[in-house]
Amino acid sequence: MSSAQLGLLLYGAWQTILLTLGGMALALVIAFPVGLARVSRNKFLRAVGFVYVELFRGAAVLVLAFWFVYALPSLGWQLEPAFAGILALGLNMGAYSSEVVRGAIQAVPPGQVEAATALNFTPSQGMRRVVLPQAVRAMIPSFGNNVIEQLKATAVVAVVSIPELTFNGQLIWSGNGRAAAVFGGLLIGYGIMALVFMTMVRLIERKVAWS
Amino acid sequence: MSFIDFHQVSKRFGDNVVLDDLSFGVANGERVTLIGPSGSGKTTILRMLMTLTKPDSGTIAIDDEYLWHERRGDELVPAGEAHTRKVRSRVTMVFQQFNLFPNMKVLRNITEAPVHVLGTPKDEAEARARDLLEMVGLQSKADFYPSQLSGGQQQRVAIARALAVEPDILLLDEVTSALDPEIAAEVLDVLRDVAKTSDVTMLLVTHAMRFARDVSNRVLMFNEGKIIEDAPPEQMFNEPQHERTRGFLRSVLEEV
Repeated sequence: MSSAQLGLLLYGAWQTILLTLGGMALALVIAFPVGLARVSRNKFLRAVGFVYVELFRGAAVLVLAFWFVYALPSLGWQLEPAFAGILALGLNMGAYSSEVVRGAIQAVPPGQVEAATALNFTPSQGMRRVVLPQAVRAMIPSFGNNVIEQLKATAVVAVVSIPELTFNGQLIWSGNGRAAAVFGGLLIGYGIMALVFMTMVRLIERKVAWS
Repeated sequence: MSFIDFHQVSKRFGDNVVLDDLSFGVANGERVTLIGPSGSGKTTILRMLMTLTKPDSGTIAIDDEYLWHERRGDELVPAGEAHTRKVRSRVTMVFQQFNLFPNMKVLRNITEAPVHVLGTPKDEAEARARDLLEMVGLQSKADFYPSQLSGGQQQRVAIARALAVEPDILLLDEVTSALDPEIAAEVLDVLRDVAKTSDVTMLLVTHAMRFARDVSNRVLMFNEGKIIEDAPPEQMFNEPQHERTRGFLRSVLEEV
């Protein structure tokens, strides 16, 4: 492997990491309001949350990316491919992550809410001080899975010409034709990145544990 | 109207009638034990006073203020959040399963409501919390998480947490049912202490009959959503009038 190829792969890996983190950051920003809307006492908010989840959970990341890069310009908006990629990844993952938020909130034992009521907390105090801190801890392992899913989904948005790991790998393959070596290497690369992300999530998990 | 006033309260879950047109009152400072077979509506009474279970019909008032309703002109309308919170502020509850907040250390479990609901300054709330912990014999556990305590210790913390909001009415829902008899005794000792040293109105659901006899000045026997006997403990336990009460007491005492 030439140093130019190595540089291409490293740059691609770096782009993959940025796409993963960017997409996941957007997903989390979406997940909390949408997840909370899903468990709201307000019917309208519940409906909004439901529509978001059903709409974007069903939307293929690939098609979303195409839409942002090729369809949106015809409406007068031109997005950077990387930005469009993050948008497509995050909007889709946001639907999954908001289900994680909803599930974790609903899994907090009802006795906790009853105790908050017995101490005369307002519903929002109960949510903020009692339910959410417990729920967030329960969300972290699932968010970890979401990060890995997000990492793998970045390979899909290569098709809108984002020079991430898979895109650059294909460039090298089209130059040297050595499919086994190139794609074997990519698999290892993704594996290592997944391992690093998972380790980081475990560290966070340990950090927020109370005993 | 009595200090606590139930007027024609009914509640059903599906086909199961839990409370059947129930009316009764409790005076300020009274200690009332609710006994009766499971499913007879005792816990539902406590949960309604804590606004955890909504009555189907009837009214409940605390010190002339309706809990589930508010007055608008001459009419009673369903209470808004603010009204309910105001009336509810006089009541608190200790639960069978303790329900301490696992994400907070013991001290913060106790100070959280005084600081954020009552607006007590933090150091004042903490000083008071330490006094309460001393009262329940757990001053050394202030910086522990609930999961590091035994069940009996958790329940004593829960009692301290309830007293920290300075309630006028303390509801105790089978607070020793989840504990071994020996551990339960520690908790009951703490509650005897509370009963002796404060004038808080207490409503308790319990199967610990000797404790009920020691602490309460009135016992209500529930059966199928109605109060079938209402007497001081000596009378209720020594010479119950109702055949159903005699049967119930016999079965409870045999269990031990």
